[in-house]
Amino acid sequence: MTAPIIEMRDVSKKYDAGRPALDRLDLTVDTGEALAVLGPSGSGKSTLLNLVAGLDRPSEGRVTVAGLRIDGMSEAASARYRRDRIGMVFQFFNLLDDLTVEDNVLLPARLAGTSRDEARERAAELLDRLGLQPHHARAYPGQLSGGQRQRVAVARALVNRPALLLADEPTGALDSASAAEVTRLLAELNAGGQTLVLVTHDVALADACATRTIELVDGGIHRDVRGGTVAR
Amino acid sequence: MSALGGVVRGGLGRRRVQTLVMALTVTMAVTASVLAAGLVVASRAPFAHAFARQNGAHLTVRADGAKATAAQLAATARVPGVTAAAGPDPVVSLRPTVEEGSGRGIPPGERLPPLTVVGRDQAGGGVDRADLTAGAWAAGKGQIVVNADGPPFAIGDRLTFQALPGRPTLTVVGRARSVSRTAGAWVTPAQATALVAPGASRTYQMRYRLRAAGTDAEVARARAAIAAALPPGTLDGAASYLKTKLAAERTSATFVPFVVAFGLLGLAMSVLIIGVVVSGSVGAATRRIGVLKSLGFTPAQVARAYVGQALIPAAAGTGLGVVLANLLSVPVLRQAEDAYGAGSLTIAPWVDAAVAAGALAVVAATALVPALRAGRLRTIDAIAVGRTGRATGRGRGPRRLLGRLPLPRPVSLGLADPFTRPGRSATMIASVVLGTVGVTFCAGLALSLHSVQHGLDHRSPGEVVVRADGPPPGGGPARPPKPADPAAVAAKIAAQPGTRAYFRTGRAQIGVAGRAGAVNAVAYEGDSSWGPYTMISGRWFRSAGEAVVPTGFLRATGTRVGDTVTLTNEGRSAPVRVVGEALDLSDEGMTVLTPAASLAGLRIETEPGSVQFNVDLAPGTGVRAYLASLNGVLGQGGPQAQRNTSEASTTIIAMDTLAGMLTAMLVAVAGLGVLNTVVLDTRERAHDLGVHRALGMTPGQTTAMVLTSVAGIGLVAGAAGVPLGLALHARVLPAMGESAGTGLPAGALDPYGAPLLAALLLGGLAIAAAGALLPATWAARIRTATALRTE
Repeated sequence: MTAPIIEMRDVSKKYDAGRPALDRLDLTVDTGEALAVLGPSGSGKSTLLNLVAGLDRPSEGRVTVAGLRIDGMSEAASARYRRDRIGMVFQFFNLLDDLTVEDNVLLPARLAGTSRDEARERAAELLDRLGLQPHHARAYPGQLSGGQRQRVAVARALVNRPALLLADEPTGALDSASAAEVTRLLAELNAGGQTLVLVTHDVALADACATRTIELVDGGIHRDVRGGTVAR
Repeated sequence: MSALGGVVRGGLGRRRVQTLVMALTVTMAVTASVLAAGLVVASRAPFAHAFARQNGAHLTVRADGAKATAAQLAATARVPGVTAAAGPDPVVSLRPTVEEGSGRGIPPGERLPPLTVVGRDQAGGGVDRADLTAGAWAAGKGQIVVNADGPPFAIGDRLTFQALPGRPTLTVVGRARSVSRTAGAWVTPAQATALVAPGASRTYQMRYRLRAAGTDAEVARARAAIAAALPPGTLDGAASYLKTKLAAERTSATFVPFVVAFGLLGLAMSVLIIGVVVSGSVGAATRRIGVLKSLGFTPAQVARAYVGQALIPAAAGTGLGVVLANLLSVPVLRQAEDAYGAGSLTIAPWVDAAVAAGALAVVAATALVPALRAGRLRTIDAIAVGRTGRATGRGRGPRRLLGRLPLPRPVSLGLADPFTRPGRSATMIASVVLGTVGVTFCAGLALSLHSVQHGLDHRSPGEVVVRADGPPPGGGPARPPKPADPAAVAAKIAAQPGTRAYFRTGRAQIGVAGRAGAVNAVAYEGDSSWGPYTMISGRWFRSAGEAVVPTGFLRATGTRVGDTVTLTNEGRSAPVRVVGEALDLSDEGMTVLTPAASLAGLRIETEPGSVQFNVDLAPGTGVRAYLASLNGVLGQGGPQAQRNTSEASTTIIAMDTLAGMLTAMLVAVAGLGVLNTVVLDTRERAHDLGVHRALGMTPGQTTAMVLTSVAGIGLVAGAAGVPLGLALHARVLPAMGESAGTGLPAGALDPYGAPLLAALLLGGLAIAAAGALLPATWAARIRTATALRTE
């Protein structure tokens, strides 16, 4: 039996006096799972991701990731947590336009204090694995296609060998060919043992990658199924 | 509300921080500019302005009350050539001592120089309206108002007049300034009458304004006419305003070079900072401008909207800045008043108006350029600005290069940041350079002034002086003691245990061949090599026939060190070789310092009251015990030994304070410029900061990144600002010396040592880091999730 990597207990998040974005949510994600989080706009998907990433704190409840309570962490501690234990992929890539592809990938490693040489070795290996050519390493993000940029973002997310990869609409800004490319990549990563949490509207992505899918409605889990079939 | 008005209002409301920053920037810049321009304006002929405002006295006379009645004196107001007169007011000349706890720094009981005390029942009047700078005018018995340019008496201090029966004590109730310098202190007429010693005749002061008073001759003619209207011998003293004017103008002229330097620095910095902040905040709105254009706004409408958006906070900042400047001008101009000795100075209303108009014009111009540029951009490009980030290609080379250095990544990212926006970085460098120039210049100025003060103290060396009291200027109830035999005094000093060395000086008036008028000769007896004047060039005299003179003498006589001048007295002559140029500002430098033996051929006698002994004590000798012992030997009624206290020049104190205040202002404006620019930068880069944070950058690393983004700028600014500050100092200080009529010693011209220079080089870094600290803290506290949503 695999150990849970994410445990959320009785988690609520309120932004104002209105309805909570998450409402007394309980969720456990096991190591090696690829969890797809589906749901309509405003259902709490991004809030869930932000709480797991340590970008935000719950109003109530506990969030434990890889054995670490993160719901009450200081800003510095949550930064270290993100650096050491998770990788993040965003819909609009969030690459830094004035850094080369290689420097973008190196950034989390360098922030973590990894030596430049060691980090470059790891970056080269990742870029190669993700199908990017050596000359791409010296290019700037603006010179790449959307799919290539998202692969760079994935490489950056993986550079510190995170226990958990979080992806927020990773195919949302891509054309269908690039989306398929990224979908295949994420599936391969999960097949290799990487735990994934995907927030998406893209049913095809969920079908292709997810080993489990939950659907959020009004801040609560409406459905929780094995595989990517929840929307069918 | 029109569409344009809605856009302006919406822009202001949505970008509250930028609006606030712009208002704050304009406030500080206007404050600095009004102060700077106000000071520059106040430095133009301050004596003439103050003299005109106070209806200053062209001629002040002292009349013997035993020879003319008050009515006769009052009638002199009708003498031809006199346009107005004040008086007769009773006047006495008294030597006060201060009571315990009074007279900051003046030892209690020490007799001070004679004070001319005039009995006036009001500060105002038709002639010589004194400005009350603190407290109130004397209204009754026991009250005295002191001259603000005199000794440092404070309100509440008590002055005792030991020579009068009953030793009356008066309490200082006010400080006032008369640019005509007609009195050292004022009391009520009744109090002045009560201060006349028994048996002494009453004396009166009359003050006149004259129809023609442009030259010494015109003033002398008026004096003669007044004297002729009175019984013979009534006038026993007269003072022309021209001498006071000359001294005041020389003092103010000394200030003008550095006040103007500071003023110009402040103005330049203000324009620069307004420009960078306004153009930066308009430039940051390019995407919004694109959206407006997509909705149908024309480039001209866009430009109008953004100029309006900049002018509204700027107008608020301008109003606030003018008010703030006028409030701050009170202490700043008070220092200038002390420096110029020129009554109450204020910021001229036209300065307020001109600076306000200028500031708004600069805001409009600097907003217009980027607004027009953004307005002319293709709409699609303008909209794309916010989405595509800062992929301008600028600064990529340095970023790559710095990324390869063995530095923590936040540091290398920060160091590379200025290259992304070279224009903005250049203006930030310029503002920190100006701040560094100000600090460097001010530090040098303070050290130079202290060096000059220290140099002037060398005119009277040693821990102890023994002076033969002379008669108080203008006569009065205090009678001079009979001068003692200098040889006997010298023998007593020599025999006194604790005396290490001493010399005697005496003064006399002599002539110089080829020059009309008299000069002062200071004749030295004994070994003075242990206490020479501060030398500007050459050396101290070693033997008879050698002389040292101040710069003023060299200039007036057209001589140089090494030349021989001939001293004259009643047909006799004595040549002396000038071997050195000494630092001395008194009597316009018309002094010859020489061994007494040099003057032997002139058969001249030094004035008995001018004899002074300067005594150097052996190590370990207590001054107080030495004074008590020596005064015991010297006895009562003769010369008295006193502690040799250095004279703290009020001019130098005022210069120091003024320079310090102006530098603080420049540094504040420079720091604010950095703060504003970094605020703009961090706001624009909020999304990137969010990405960094999402990738694991800690708050500490974020702070380090923002601070290092200005560190390079600070270091470059220090490296550029320090040499510029040194150059400014090297230009302004000799100009100040020139205005004061003297050369300056090497120590004053180059006061910077290596440790100070090293510290000053880091000054730019300190200003930049201080300015960036607040936005760095803000960047460290940014909420990652919110920042990631920022466009």
